[in-house]
Amino acid sequence: MTATDDRADAPAASIEDRALALLARTRRWHWAEAAFWLGAAASFALLPDSHLLLTEIAILGLFALSLDLILGYAGVVSLGHGAFFGLGAYVAGLTSIHLTAEPLTGLLLAGVAAGLLGALTAPLLLRRATDLTRLMVTLGVAMLLYEAANRMAWLTGGADGLQGVMIDPILGRFEFDLMGRTGYAYSLVVLFVLFLFARRVVTSPFGMSLRAIRGNSLRAATVGVPVGRRIIAIYTMAAVYAGIAGALLTQTTMFVSLDVVAFHRSADVLLVLVLGGIGYLYGGLVGALVFKLLQDGLSAITPQYWQFWIGLILVVLVLIGRDRVPALWRRAVRRGGAGA
Amino acid sequence: MLTILIDGIAYGMLLFVLSVGLSVTMGLMNFVNLAHGAFALVGGYVTALLMNRAGVPFLATLPFAFLIPAALGAVLERTIYKPLYSRSHLDQVLFSIGLVFMTVAATDFLVGSEQQLIQLPTWLQGRFDLGGVAVGRYRLFLIVICALLVVGLQYVLSRTRFGSRLRAAVDDQRVARGLGIDVGTIFAVTFAVGSGLAGLGGALGVELLGMEPTFPLRFMVYFLIVVTIGGTDSLTGPFLAALIIGVADVAGKYYVPQVGAFLIYALMIVILVLRPQGLLARGR
Repeated sequence: MTATDDRADAPAASIEDRALALLARTRRWHWAEAAFWLGAAASFALLPDSHLLLTEIAILGLFALSLDLILGYAGVVSLGHGAFFGLGAYVAGLTSIHLTAEPLTGLLLAGVAAGLLGALTAPLLLRRATDLTRLMVTLGVAMLLYEAANRMAWLTGGADGLQGVMIDPILGRFEFDLMGRTGYAYSLVVLFVLFLFARRVVTSPFGMSLRAIRGNSLRAATVGVPVGRRIIAIYTMAAVYAGIAGALLTQTTMFVSLDVVAFHRSADVLLVLVLGGIGYLYGGLVGALVFKLLQDGLSAITPQYWQFWIGLILVVLVLIGRDRVPALWRRAVRRGGAGA
Repeated sequence: MLTILIDGIAYGMLLFVLSVGLSVTMGLMNFVNLAHGAFALVGGYVTALLMNRAGVPFLATLPFAFLIPAALGAVLERTIYKPLYSRSHLDQVLFSIGLVFMTVAATDFLVGSEQQLIQLPTWLQGRFDLGGVAVGRYRLFLIVICALLVVGLQYVLSRTRFGSRLRAAVDDQRVARGLGIDVGTIFAVTFAVGSGLAGLGGALGVELLGMEPTFPLRFMVYFLIVVTIGGTDSLTGPFLAALIIGVADVAGKYYVPQVGAFLIYALMIVILVLRPQGLLARGR
């Protein structure tokens, strides 16, 4: 990012060429990325007993990735990202009951519904856009959705949850099994495809303009970035992603409860992202891995009170400075690279 | 009809006492403290435990319900809140959510997850007839206590030296510092008093709102709504906001139960978008 700034006197290449060259460089695959995905694929074969947990990690990772798109790239804070996750989960469940049990259709509809909600609520974030109003508005939208799901018991099952979700085999061939084999493969493939798309988006000129907005939205506007439209676009995209993550949860667990729209979803996903580091797509995925392993380990020790430890981790992370987290991971990768 | 109004006013007054500390600290330090409800929880539990385990009478527990959260607030403010004033709102949100999670789990661990019930003294129980309107004794008690608190706070804020310093610090912190006002100390005192009031509100609310470990999460949004609708630069704003919300919530739940809290969240979003500085705020 910094390399382009101080070579203003370099002749030949125009600023556009240099920007494009920079983007091309960031688009190139790092060996650690390849290792990450190979590891994910290997986990399918090597850890057959943990498929259920791994599925949860993949879904949470996708959810956190979607939050990273708005928080890490566009700098839009949100305390209600769970709204899209929950909407996606409910839409996927309702689709399977009332429309078709075909999973991909449910996934698509969930993404579309969440995206619509995102596109409709994004403009609310633009007026007098301080962090505080954004936090409150997103929180308000999430609470509204929670109330709606709670009150419309005839549609959502209310506090009892949505019963009777049945999902057909994927592509008519791969049936969802109790051990979560199919579920994990399915979640992992969806995660990988969506990740590739997100990676392409954030390394495009569009993604660069988002970073400009995060850096200083006023300056971004003066150099001609249509700030409002960009934020609406990325917010909608993040909503679609979150909706699909929610749909994956419904389809792999075959159940939807009010829990999917509860406040702690939005809070947890923030923590996940903070654990993994904000502003580089892998943050959400690494965070989801760490978070779920922590949750698994801590609830094995103190089943009811693991929330205490999560809270403590948050407090400590903030007090020591959460900016240090991505640097930590990056150093680990670099050290690994030097060793290899 | 009038009974509902009175219930709503009592509820609103309680909300005001619970959230007034948050509104002042948010105005003063621009700090998003989602953990405000945790202090209310401490107050509520102080009262409930003192009454149920030590047999202390209800009224005698109230001073403790104020003092213990206030002391806790003062200590936490000096130690872990202070370094975060200069941080981003995101950091503050993460930090205070972390505190809420810890409080919820710790309370669950120490006391148990069941709801705390208290037995009010007999002279506060039941209803009496006031010109044909049935008025709950406890509701009336709440209204009187809270009204006294409001008058007291207003007096401190508008008539005392501390109050004028506080107002100066809220209006323009830099100039206030320049005039030699010790903003740090003022903030610590305000934070402690605000936490204490939240605790008192929690104690008074055990009977009305219920008190269980998830209390801070359940009421977090209500506090924030009071603050955002009321604005942060006067007491009148949050007070009116709390009354409106109290009456609207009680009436809404009575007349259109299927809508529930929907109305209030929608109201909050609309006001946030149209008047982010609060309903009564001066234009900037």
